[in-house]
Amino acid sequence: MRQPDFRTPAIGITSLELEARLLRLWETSPGLKGFLTSVDHKQIGIRYIVTAFAFLALGGIEALAMRLQLAGPNLTLLTPAEYNQLFSTHGMTMIFLYAAPVLSGFSNYLWPLLLGSRDMAFPRLNALSYWIYLASGLFLYAGFLTGNGPNDGWFNYVPYASRDFNPGLNEDFYALGMVFLGISTTVGAANFIVTAFRTRAPGMSINRLPIMVWGTLTASVANVIVVPAVSLAFFMLWMDRQFGTQFFDPAGGGQPLLWQHLFWIFGHPWVYAIVLPAMGMVSDGLPVFCRRPLVGYSLVALSTVATMILGFGVWVHHMFATGLPGLGLSFFSAASIVIILPSAVAVFAWIATIRLGRPVITTAFLFFSSMILLFVIGGVSGFMTASVPVDWQLTDTYFVVAHLHYVLIGINVFPVVGATYFWFPKMTGRMLDEQLGRWNFWTMFLGFNLAFLPMHLTGLLGMPRRVYTYNDYGGWHALNLITSIGAFVFAIGVLLLFVNVLRSLRSGAVAGKNPWDAPTLEWSVSSPPPPYNFAVIPTLASRHPLWEDRLGNQGVVSNMERGMLLDEGKETIATTALDAAPDMVLEMPEDSAAPVLLTLGLAVLFVALLLKVWLAVGIGAAIAALALLAWFWPRSELRERTPAHG
Amino acid sequence: MVEAALSKPENLPVGPIGRHGVGWWGISTLIVSEAALFGYLLFAYFYTGATAPAGWLLEPAPRLTLALPNTILLLLSSVVAWWAEQGIVKRRRPQALIGFGVAFLMGAGFIAVQWLEWRSKTFSLGTSSYASLYFVTGGVHIAHVLVGLVILIVIFGWTALDFFSPRRRLVVSAAVLYWYFITIASVLVFSTYYLTPYLGFGQ
Repeated sequence: MRQPDFRTPAIGITSLELEARLLRLWETSPGLKGFLTSVDHKQIGIRYIVTAFAFLALGGIEALAMRLQLAGPNLTLLTPAEYNQLFSTHGMTMIFLYAAPVLSGFSNYLWPLLLGSRDMAFPRLNALSYWIYLASGLFLYAGFLTGNGPNDGWFNYVPYASRDFNPGLNEDFYALGMVFLGISTTVGAANFIVTAFRTRAPGMSINRLPIMVWGTLTASVANVIVVPAVSLAFFMLWMDRQFGTQFFDPAGGGQPLLWQHLFWIFGHPWVYAIVLPAMGMVSDGLPVFCRRPLVGYSLVALSTVATMILGFGVWVHHMFATGLPGLGLSFFSAASIVIILPSAVAVFAWIATIRLGRPVITTAFLFFSSMILLFVIGGVSGFMTASVPVDWQLTDTYFVVAHLHYVLIGINVFPVVGATYFWFPKMTGRMLDEQLGRWNFWTMFLGFNLAFLPMHLTGLLGMPRRVYTYNDYGGWHALNLITSIGAFVFAIGVLLLFVNVLRSLRSGAVAGKNPWDAPTLEWSVSSPPPPYNFAVIPTLASRHPLWEDRLGNQGVVSNMERGMLLDEGKETIATTALDAAPDMVLEMPEDSAAPVLLTLGLAVLFVALLLKVWLAVGIGAAIAALALLAWFWPRSELRERTPAHG
Repeated sequence: MVEAALSKPENLPVGPIGRHGVGWWGISTLIVSEAALFGYLLFAYFYTGATAPAGWLLEPAPRLTLALPNTILLLLSSVVAWWAEQGIVKRRRPQALIGFGVAFLMGAGFIAVQWLEWRSKTFSLGTSSYASLYFVTGGVHIAHVLVGLVILIVIFGWTALDFFSPRRRLVVSAAVLYWYFITIASVLVFSTYYLTPYLGFGQ
């Protein structure tokens, strides 16, 4: 069959025949085969979200066990060793297996819909990113369930993590699992970057991107650059432990601080990577309920990027107490304080949006707007610890624990739950229950603040973090009891979310296309969207294609009814990076078993490395190599080779 | 914009043409990430060296007789790989096959010489942090060369099967770009371990 190298895409309008034709092209096959081979970004996104919430529940149960142990002085519910594994696994779970993946899940589901495309730029890579996330999560939890969970905190300092002081397999599970997970994060980030720049609807120029896209794009650029630092650090740790290298051992000329540098060169940009997309959710979701566009779009977009750029230069503020030279500390202190400026831009933009709008109080609005308050509290305590002398006073106390929970729960969990209320109707076609939603919100909000606001005081009173118990001399008892009660109230709130989701899946009110009367492209298609997303590729003329009639810009008319059909195969449109002018027709890959096979090969490889079974290492590598060969085998239907052999 | 796009749609390429395609962006992003990895490896060397007591360098004056020509050999293999890609661009398949074959042999030669260089060292992986950094950085680089060799042999096979044309060759261009990256990384690793001691680092 001759395939033309160039084509003028046909322009047309939606019709039933067109939709049927596209459905045949894009639908995932049913059953287990479809489950394992699907490359549909919506299926992958939902899997990401469900898996991440499962890890949130696990991490939450671990936290509750710790809060029972800490509810009073000198309790013996947990042994010190159990407590070490619990707080380390809790941190690992929440930060690596919940906070980042849940945002990837929402972005995976939403991006092509927000961008007016039919899928991500690399659909198979998207599937790979999920499967590796799942496999590495199971790998890490296999360690925990066999009593070999990480036990030196999520940031795992040497020499605690060195073999001399930690001879079990705990740290080997953690080290290899993190290298494994790093592959998922990196390929996922690469996919977001290329998708954002190349597969937008015609007319969605760079200044019309939703802020959530800015957030995830910025975070992805950071991830591509900084994830190798932590992968390398964990690889070096594993080599030190298993092959006698001397990277971190002073006795062999090694440098323990190298671990901290490599970890935080990754770790601090990473904490922005797990909040910027969530801040983007607020920037996009909050204005819908204020019935007006976001105030200061350009400033908010630029401040997102600025936060990340500054974020590359603040890692040493985790190391103020390690004896580094004072001049270096003052530079990192200054950078950490300056980062307030872009954060404040976002905060004032949200407040102005509420003030200038006509707020409609929904559960999603409550979650989004309360995030502003929690962000300010967490930001102020962060600002305090950015100052070197204050940090010397507060480091390793519960003040820091309070700060990081305000930041991570406040700027990640609250926006994510808000986003769940906001986009659940799009994903499932049904509304979450608003009545239960209010209970959900107020239980979470009050429980959270009850748990963590007094914890600042616990820290100021000098209680050190990471201790399995305390005695009653410090006057910490009452505060700890309040925190434990708050933690359980918060947990009930999260449970109410799960109840609401399960109930509404079956009996929620039917949503329709656009239940919130929102302005962006995802609300122009049915709920849930068809496998091909858009029957015709939309053409954009503004940031708010569904609000153009009421925003009163004369002559600005996006077109969602008439556009490129692209129905001669599994196709979507690639556009230029800045202006989003049509650039090429993209042939998209069919469902593929290569991603899941590659993951299987890598899983065999990593388990074999852990157990040092070299034959199995070879088998795993061979499976992975064959899967890659199949993946990259040039296909004429993807126009990767000459048609003579097609 | 909207009117122009809908009333006068342009004639667009279908799928990747030459290097023009999303795959090119994908491989470039991967290379940025890989380059960062090498950046952190070299950071580990310089940071450990800068904070170590005197005598940290096990080889204050590293012997260049094998390492320098070997690095030049790998760098030249990039030129050969470029020439092979030109064979595809200009529809000269024998040139492409010879080029990919020779680049493969040069890469394999690099690994063989590197093996000799390693065997001539008086220290081993666990001798000190310097030794660990030397072998692990070199080892990570050699692992990349091995992956590059597999890629070259696969591209050689696909060229032999006559898969590519000047227009449909993105996978070839991506592979060659990755090979460039591997050879440039070798220059950085070589300069760090073999040249900076002569400039005074770690002395």
